[in-house]
Amino acid sequence: MLTYVAKRLLMTIPTLLGAAVLIFFMLRVVPGDVIEVKLRGDGASVTQDVIDAERRRLGLDKPLPEQFTSWIAGLTRLDPGLSMWTGKPVVDEMSVRLPLSIQVAVMGALIATLIAVPMGTLSALYRDSPIDYLLRIFSLVGLAVPAFWFGMVMILLLLWLFNWLPPVIYTPFHVDPIANLSQLIWPALVVGIRYAAVVARMVRSSVIEVMKEDYIRTARAKGLAEKVIIIRHAMKNAMLPAITVIGLEFAFLMGGLVVTEQVFNLNGIGQLFVQAVAHRDFVLVQNIVMFIAAVFVFTNLAVDLLYAAIDPRIRYR
Amino acid sequence: MIAPNTLRMEKSASPGLVPVGPPSPGRALLTVNDLHVHFVQAGGVTRAVEGVSFSVRQGQILALVGESGCGKSATALALMRLLARPAGRVVKGEVLFDGVDLLKLSEAEMRERRGRDISMIFQEPMTSLNPVLSIGEQLMEPLIAHLGMNKQAARARSIDLLTMVGLTDPERRLEQYPHHLSGGMRQRVMIAMGLACNPKLIIADEPTTALDVTIQAQILELMRDLSRRLNIALIIITHNLGIVARYADSVNVMYAARLVERGDADAIFARSSHPYTVGLIDSIPRLDRPRQGRLSTIEGMPPDLMALPAGCRFAPRCPHRVDKCDHDPSLVAVEPGHLSACWRAGELVTGALQARATATDALLSIGPATAPVRVTVQELKRHFKVSAGRGWFSGAATVKAVDGVSFDIRQGETLGLVGESGCGKSTIGRAILNLDAVTAGSIIIDGQNIADKRAREVRRRTQVIFQDPFSSLNPRMSVSEIIGEPLAVYKFEPDAQRIEARVQELLGQVGLMPYMAERYPHELSGGQRQRVGIARALALKPSIIVCDEPVSALDVSIQGQIINLLDELQQRLGLTYLFIAHDLAVVRHISHRVAVMYLGRIMELADRDELYRNPRHPYTQLLLDAAPVPDPVIERGRRPRVAKGELPSPINQPKGCVFSTRCPMATVECSQAVPALRQIADGHYVACIKVEPC
Repeated sequence: MLTYVAKRLLMTIPTLLGAAVLIFFMLRVVPGDVIEVKLRGDGASVTQDVIDAERRRLGLDKPLPEQFTSWIAGLTRLDPGLSMWTGKPVVDEMSVRLPLSIQVAVMGALIATLIAVPMGTLSALYRDSPIDYLLRIFSLVGLAVPAFWFGMVMILLLLWLFNWLPPVIYTPFHVDPIANLSQLIWPALVVGIRYAAVVARMVRSSVIEVMKEDYIRTARAKGLAEKVIIIRHAMKNAMLPAITVIGLEFAFLMGGLVVTEQVFNLNGIGQLFVQAVAHRDFVLVQNIVMFIAAVFVFTNLAVDLLYAAIDPRIRYR
Repeated sequence: MIAPNTLRMEKSASPGLVPVGPPSPGRALLTVNDLHVHFVQAGGVTRAVEGVSFSVRQGQILALVGESGCGKSATALALMRLLARPAGRVVKGEVLFDGVDLLKLSEAEMRERRGRDISMIFQEPMTSLNPVLSIGEQLMEPLIAHLGMNKQAARARSIDLLTMVGLTDPERRLEQYPHHLSGGMRQRVMIAMGLACNPKLIIADEPTTALDVTIQAQILELMRDLSRRLNIALIIITHNLGIVARYADSVNVMYAARLVERGDADAIFARSSHPYTVGLIDSIPRLDRPRQGRLSTIEGMPPDLMALPAGCRFAPRCPHRVDKCDHDPSLVAVEPGHLSACWRAGELVTGALQARATATDALLSIGPATAPVRVTVQELKRHFKVSAGRGWFSGAATVKAVDGVSFDIRQGETLGLVGESGCGKSTIGRAILNLDAVTAGSIIIDGQNIADKRAREVRRRTQVIFQDPFSSLNPRMSVSEIIGEPLAVYKFEPDAQRIEARVQELLGQVGLMPYMAERYPHELSGGQRQRVGIARALALKPSIIVCDEPVSALDVSIQGQIINLLDELQQRLGLTYLFIAHDLAVVRHISHRVAVMYLGRIMELADRDELYRNPRHPYTQLLLDAAPVPDPVIERGRRPRVAKGELPSPINQPKGCVFSTRCPMATVECSQAVPALRQIADGHYVACIKVEPC
């Protein structure tokens, strides 16, 4: 098992390197760079000399391969460089926003799992009954309604019902849990409900499949109570495909909160990313993408390890 | 409630003390009266079971026999009240168990009896155990649920149970998961689970259908032994008449949802009094009789249970049909204890009606020894590398799926290749079809080594008939597209019209109606689909057809039809077959020569009659012993030797003779060198050092 983890960790290197190459060169294809955006942004006339000097300062005049290798060399030293826009270290820029984004993603995943697993299971066990129809409508709606619309409705409802708006300033959970939750629970609910819809559909179909298995019939023939059959015999098997979806969606949330953050005016990674792209802040964009790629890779690894923990047939070498 | 169980448990914990004997006559333990089961689906109502009645005594073994879809499994599930909900329901009848009608119990009361008083063993040991729970967890469950045992007691009892069903190293087994065990071992675990709470009745639904013959014999011997020793009533559901003859005391034959004949095993086999039973017994090739030229078959197919014919349900397929058959016959006694639902049962049972079809023609000519050789396989080896052990640099192990196999097949000949699953017979088939690379050795077809030819040309000359007619035909192609495709691909016929004409010709050859060309596979029955598969194989006029278990997925009555068709086509078109199968009787019926394989090697190769009359290799002898024949008198007369153990893992092949670990004759020398295939008589080759040439 340990060798397997070590192997998987080694394999993340080529994966991340591939992602690095892609994002580095794709960014260079986009017209314009940070200096033009910064200095000529408002139609100001700046001499070419100034621009060239600025380019030299940021290292943008060097050949692309050199820029690339120096970025990667920096990453290996855990030094991703300085933001081209603000000039502050990328680490600082990101670490300010990261706790918020992680918290929303984790809370979203928790909410989703708590809703989706019982909902999908109930739906499967009472297949084609009114309960099933109701839950299926709920999950379809959850999938169909865009997050921004749902977010706006939620804000408006809060305003209309309680004449209250969630705070805009981020307070860390350990400083003031109530202030923290009163800001972040709403975006977590918004993403969690869509997330739950996806997972619930998976749980439903996988529970339906598992309940048809021969070993469920065996368990019934043993005279076990239905509750035991569902919890012990069915759920463990049915959770396997659901875990994959939960993991993938979680990784997606880490990078995909752009719209929700916008709606709730949260200063998270998603917003930082959008700003960085708008500013052509190559260094920041590159590093955010690398971060998201790493989250995907490690979530997948975690999902695979969880699989092995649940299913004894899976033994990694 | 617990006390009597513990008493019985102590008795069972000392295996082997009570002598095995015939069942003592006792009162009826289970009585089923006029059971009706319906499955309600969107398409209509399937009457799966109609008016079935029977009873079982303690210690008795009752067989429920019939082809797929006749209602035998539905009957069993109805007894357990485990019919698939919400479609399946019992609409009428009573099931008296120890005087209580199970159908009237509440779900909770029924649950108390399931697994404690009545347990059930299912067909598929591979899927009937929960893959994510350990053997111990699954085995202890009923003990804790029904007998209120604590964990330690349940564990101790589980170890006893695993020992009782003959599993070695029971303590370690408890920690293992189902995927660590072979099919035979899993079925033993299922039996242990069934026995856990000392049930009075065990229902076994095709308990050995998924297992190899030697394992099948082990499992059934075990079940009979336990039933006799612990006085458990056993209901065995099967389509295999050999099993019925060997193990059953009493037999119930079902056809199209009804019981058509009942009696003790001797009466059913010796004086069959329903034409369906007669047909079933006659349509299987038999090891205990001279080989017939043609198998007698039951023509046609069982009726659709949604739209049943009026009158006797077997009448449309019955050779003895008379006008009276338009009215329903009821199940009446033809002699004491022997019942039949046929108007002419009286004539059948006295023999007044010539029931058995006589062998229609002379024996098939034995192997055309002078015909040219079409296929030569020399020293064929196919090894697979698999990763073994842990860590990064642990070496790969080699699975020797086929290890040095040589044979040839002549024009117009059928070479039968028999062996248990995993012996490498299908790998040889794939190698001849050029679907798989070979590790060493050569395959020469029509004088040309297939390795030198373009794969396309080799594939034209070699065709295949697959085992499963349900998954081997593309569901989105019509029959004429399926058969015509190879003709078009190889430009075998110049234009669409000629292809169409050829498809029609092929349909005629395999006994399908011309209009079936436009049908899709799901509209055909299993037998018809297999005929389509045969027509497709014939289309390109191949040199050799590899038949890979072509009848093992079919019902008995259909199996006979397909075997006859393959036989006829061979005579008419001079076809050459490599016939791969695990059923020794089927192989004997169709083959000219037979090769017996074990763990990648040929153990014995001889002319069919020589091999079956005079099997010399201990493995061949064990295989023949393990296969039950459908005659209770013969079966009672022999005490089958049961092969010990299981097929070793092909990764760790035994040293020397691969069979030495299971061989009753093995001595030290056997594990020292691999025995060569020697000729001990004209055309009779054996790979065993213990066999003297005669």
